[in-house]
Amino acid sequence: MSASSAFSDEKGGSASEPEYGHDPASGGIFSSDYKRHDDLKEMLDSNKDSLKLEAMKRIVAMIARGKNASDLFPAVVKNVACKNIEDPNQLIRASALRVLSSIRVTIIVPIMMLAIKEAASDMSPYVRKTAAHAIPKLHSLDPEQKDQLIEVIEKLLADKTTLVAGSVVMAFEEVCPDRIDLIHKNYRKLCNLLIDVEEWGQVVIINMLTRYARTQFLNPNVNESLLEESSEKAFYASDDEEDEDKKAEVTTLEKRKPYVMDPDHRLLLRNTKPLLQSRNAAVVMAVAQLYFHLAPKAEVGIIAKALGMFEPYLKSFYIRSTDPTQIKILKLEVLTNLANEANISTILREFQTYIKSMDKDFVAASIQAIGRCATNIGEVRDTCLNGLVQLLSNRDELVVAESVVVIKKLLQMQPEQHSDIIKHMAKLIDNIQVPMARASILWLIGEYCEHVPKIAPDVLRKMAKSFTNEEDIVKLQIINLAAKLYLTNSKQTKLLTQYVLNLAKYDQNYDIRDRARFIRQLIVPTDKSGALNKYAKKLFLALKPAPVLESPFKDRDHFQLGSLSHLLNAKAAGYQELPDWPESAPDPSVRNVEIPDWSKCSSRKDRKEKKVEKPFYSDSEGESGPTESADSGNCGESSASGSDESGSGSESEESREETESEEEEEDEEEEKKKRKKLDKTKAKKQAEESAERCAIHTIHQIRTIAPSGSIKMYELLHRITGEGLAVEYCFSRQPFSPDPNMVAVQIQFTNNTNSETKNLHIEDPRLQSGMRIREFAEIDVLAAGESVTVVMGIDFCDSTQAANFQLCTHTRKFFVSIQPPVGELMTPTFLTENNFKKEQGKLMGMNEILEKLTLGEKCVNEHVIVERVTATANLSRVPCGSDKEFAGKTVSSGCLVLVTVTTKEGGGAQLTVNCEKMVIGTMLVKDILQALSQ
Amino acid sequence: MIHSLFLISNAGDLFLEKHWKSVISRSVCDYFFEAREKAVEPDNVPPVIRTPHHYLINIYREKIFFVSVIQTEVPPLFVIEFLHRVAETFQDYFGECSETTIKDNVVIVYELLEEMLDNGFPLATESNILKELIRPPTILRSMVNTITGSSNVGETLPTGQLSTIPWRRAGVKYTSNEAYFDVVEEIDAILDKSGTAVFAEIQGVIDACVKLSGMPDLTLSFMNPRLLDDVSFHPCVRYKRWESERVISFIPPDGNFQLMSYHISAQNLVAIPVYVKQNISFFETGSSGRLDITVGPKQTMGKTLECLVVTVHMPKVVLSANLSATQGTYNYDPVTKILVWDIGKLNPQKLPNLKGSLSLQSGAPKPEENPSLNIDLKIQQLAISGLKVNRLDVYGEKYKPFKGVKYVTKAGKFQVRT
Repeated sequence: MSASSAFSDEKGGSASEPEYGHDPASGGIFSSDYKRHDDLKEMLDSNKDSLKLEAMKRIVAMIARGKNASDLFPAVVKNVACKNIEDPNQLIRASALRVLSSIRVTIIVPIMMLAIKEAASDMSPYVRKTAAHAIPKLHSLDPEQKDQLIEVIEKLLADKTTLVAGSVVMAFEEVCPDRIDLIHKNYRKLCNLLIDVEEWGQVVIINMLTRYARTQFLNPNVNESLLEESSEKAFYASDDEEDEDKKAEVTTLEKRKPYVMDPDHRLLLRNTKPLLQSRNAAVVMAVAQLYFHLAPKAEVGIIAKALGMFEPYLKSFYIRSTDPTQIKILKLEVLTNLANEANISTILREFQTYIKSMDKDFVAASIQAIGRCATNIGEVRDTCLNGLVQLLSNRDELVVAESVVVIKKLLQMQPEQHSDIIKHMAKLIDNIQVPMARASILWLIGEYCEHVPKIAPDVLRKMAKSFTNEEDIVKLQIINLAAKLYLTNSKQTKLLTQYVLNLAKYDQNYDIRDRARFIRQLIVPTDKSGALNKYAKKLFLALKPAPVLESPFKDRDHFQLGSLSHLLNAKAAGYQELPDWPESAPDPSVRNVEIPDWSKCSSRKDRKEKKVEKPFYSDSEGESGPTESADSGNCGESSASGSDESGSGSESEESREETESEEEEEDEEEEKKKRKKLDKTKAKKQAEESAERCAIHTIHQIRTIAPSGSIKMYELLHRITGEGLAVEYCFSRQPFSPDPNMVAVQIQFTNNTNSETKNLHIEDPRLQSGMRIREFAEIDVLAAGESVTVVMGIDFCDSTQAANFQLCTHTRKFFVSIQPPVGELMTPTFLTENNFKKEQGKLMGMNEILEKLTLGEKCVNEHVIVERVTATANLSRVPCGSDKEFAGKTVSSGCLVLVTVTTKEGGGAQLTVNCEKMVIGTMLVKDILQALSQ
Repeated sequence: MIHSLFLISNAGDLFLEKHWKSVISRSVCDYFFEAREKAVEPDNVPPVIRTPHHYLINIYREKIFFVSVIQTEVPPLFVIEFLHRVAETFQDYFGECSETTIKDNVVIVYELLEEMLDNGFPLATESNILKELIRPPTILRSMVNTITGSSNVGETLPTGQLSTIPWRRAGVKYTSNEAYFDVVEEIDAILDKSGTAVFAEIQGVIDACVKLSGMPDLTLSFMNPRLLDDVSFHPCVRYKRWESERVISFIPPDGNFQLMSYHISAQNLVAIPVYVKQNISFFETGSSGRLDITVGPKQTMGKTLECLVVTVHMPKVVLSANLSATQGTYNYDPVTKILVWDIGKLNPQKLPNLKGSLSLQSGAPKPEENPSLNIDLKIQQLAISGLKVNRLDVYGEKYKPFKGVKYVTKAGKFQVRT
């Protein structure tokens, strides 16, 4: 712990450990050459980055292991503090800071402080992360720097990179966990970043936010309890004075106001939920405890916390003989807690197998568990008791002893019915040697000596004989038994009691001597004995409350779930209490961040950062940021053709299942061969009307949104396949009024046969999960040569998965599928240019896809470009935009889709798509690219 | 957070220590040794041990105890997960995580530990990043390093550190692009005396070996994704797409990694591929007992059972076993009291049987409990849950990768009570 340990002569490990001053590859790692640091000094002084880096890594390793590195101190400070901190290579800067901050000498504090401040505003997020790591180091070295360090933390908390977030919250937790106010402005950002932070950072952030939420939001479960309370208050309020009356009214009114969850509270719950699927158990646990401590009761179920929720998983807690002991004990605890009237018989049967286990500690725990089940569930008490009594004849003494102890507790609840069991146990005293069990039996006999009047004195006789050889707890119980018998049956036991008390008087243990003296004074009447003598019987034979068999895991609820303190049931150093919910919510506006301001400055900063960082990327990798390339890479290939290719690829390579669409084609062909006739139908008025309405809407739609004037028709059923019935569909781009989350699909049936077709309807939709269909009303009759148009709604769940269903006539069924182009999955949204920019600012990073393109020959002017884009995707143009900007929302989930086309001279252009749904964004880019480059 | 780490072999030999803050004397491990002794079996050592000034959090893996020293409050699972990550990293680097390999590669071990934690807080734990910082040992490189005196440490910052895709490095290039997925399912079950399943569930993982150039964006879909109710993913998987579309969409790490793990609970009917007819009895007199075990196929979906092994933990009083097996070999270790019957492939026409007598310690009472049997088995080309991969689509790259899916079913904690 001493600050100078790293540079003192203390040796941490044994001499046989490798020395880091040596070249690790040289093989001579076990020798101890005291000039070993010369090479490190040389390496530090050299001009080569790689050598410096290597040297510093070794020094850090030495320091970490408590090696003496003091002779390197000047060299490190000279090279690190003065030079490397400003090195152009970010890795060297970060390493330098790590070395510097690992030096635990107070003289270096000012230099370290400077270096941290410098690094905190470094351009490289990696260096900033290192700065965050250095903060707790400096704080532990010199706590007086706290105020300055908090400033740095505040600055780093505002950082928007996921890389820094976890580390700075860690520093926050170590240095100033009580400065909740620093979190306000960063709260929403942290919630939003959370999913992309690395796992360890997620755990720290979630734990911190749990505490934060407890101070800032209202208890979501307060409602029920408050309702009762407030009605009570209102009742009493009428009696009060007028002033108070008013106040009370106000408060009741306030409280009566239905609880509305703060949107920020909701944000936290929503953004942590997906992390339940993390591979890291610590993250899952962190989210679970967050829901446990913060979520409304109804939602806690998603972590299956409430014990009732575990009930379906009862069998998952069955124990295998190969489980480690601590797992067995925990599983047993869970099973005991899950036991109820309904499942107790199953559980008891299971417990029976456990009692036969070879692991005796586990058997003991099982017996206790049975005892607890018996106390909790009255119906099975007798069954349990009988089972336990059978165990009394077990060969293993430990099992018997544990049973005795548990039986004793159970009997205390209803002794009068079980005198036979008490008799049985009295007999056991001859054989059982375990002191705790002997003591329990003696206590039981003494307590209920009236139920076994004949046996009790005899037991005392036996015990008096063996008194001197008994354990202390047994001796105490013998005295106890003697006293109780003396009070109830002094005739038979007077002498025995005297004898026992005399033996106890000269016992080696002072507790026993003391007890004997005390009891003698209390029960044996003498001249000197005080007033208590009269009450001796009442004192000894008072009705005693039955013990409550409790879980050993009780009483730790006040610790935060999943913490070390909770596990140990003792407060560990540095444990932060989870605060209680506040009475009234603190001002929620503290978390407001001025978005336009923020986004502007952030984007500017980003831009600047990127510019400055470029050299590093190109320096080290010769390539632009990997995120960018990853995202833009998505649009390289058409998804449809891509999937087809890979589908066929997998078929030939791996003999996988054929793709569904192929299957369908085959089906259709077969059907086609089989079928030959089609009946005449007659269109109904209603259908016609609706068709007309549709047509009108369509025209309207065309005028307003797609000035290109044509809506593409797709074929659903070819007239040959359909044996005369031709079906076409188009995406009418009008809102589907029965369900706004559905895409409207306009379907046109044409009967090309000479007979009428009847009962046109949809059957047996086969949909991907989540997808929904709203069928059109059945068309009763479609006359020969007639056409009819209907509209149906499909919720594609914002995916381009096909909706498959059967189109049925009164005689035939056709398998058909509708696959939407990605552009039809959205609906136009009106945004002002400012709003557009603001929203775009929120959808950066992975959600932004940039692509360069060369405009096709025909895309000569703005008008054509706008036309092409709106024809491809159902978007509306942002009015008065400087660029060509289009906005829309996905139909199903309402995610914004923002498209920007920037043209350059010479036919070049850049396409930007911002959308939270990356797949949609990717596919949209592809489609628009194609449209524009034609 | 994590103050120090001690590696202790199963034999109680403390062979490596590493401190991230100040040095903590190794005498702190005495508390651990005490608990170790008390626990008898290494598995039974409590994971968290309290000492007057520190907390020791430990895991036991590959016959090594990873004992970490903690001084202040920290979620215990955080430490446990991290220790497992350390063990996995060693495995990844050295092929196996054992005392010998750690001792052989002590320099790299220290370099790794130094990068994985900074001041006790995890810094870089992703294998891809670590491998760029510290190259895994190869014979050629250690030769070159010895001759030229160059170091094993990378010279540039891994790009993964700076991107939002920290698990993948940029500029990956392969001449042949391949993506393989192994669906491995383990059946955890408890069968009672009569052979009916008291409890059965499936623990599955999908291991991937993806060697694709550039930045591919993969989508893996299943024929029957509804089977999976409890899943956990590698951080690369997009949670939202799983929630909305039930497909696994991800930009894969380079090389081997575990894509996801899942759990199919007891609610669904789990097919039990094997049945065991057994009769183990101990006689009251004569200090002996009988054993008769027959194994046969049950619901195997027409596949062959392989690598069938039956393990019996005998009571302490069993001195020796005199048995005969119609197939495979058996071995009884009188020290650990473990009987292992290695059957191999199961032939449904001729069921393997192990029969004979057990001799007990004379004078000792007959054991209370009959020992339970642990079954080990393997079925190739079958995922017992019926899970099927539908297709794998590659977006973002133009090449056509070679793709493959392999299914294996194994017995996990498969126990037959007697």
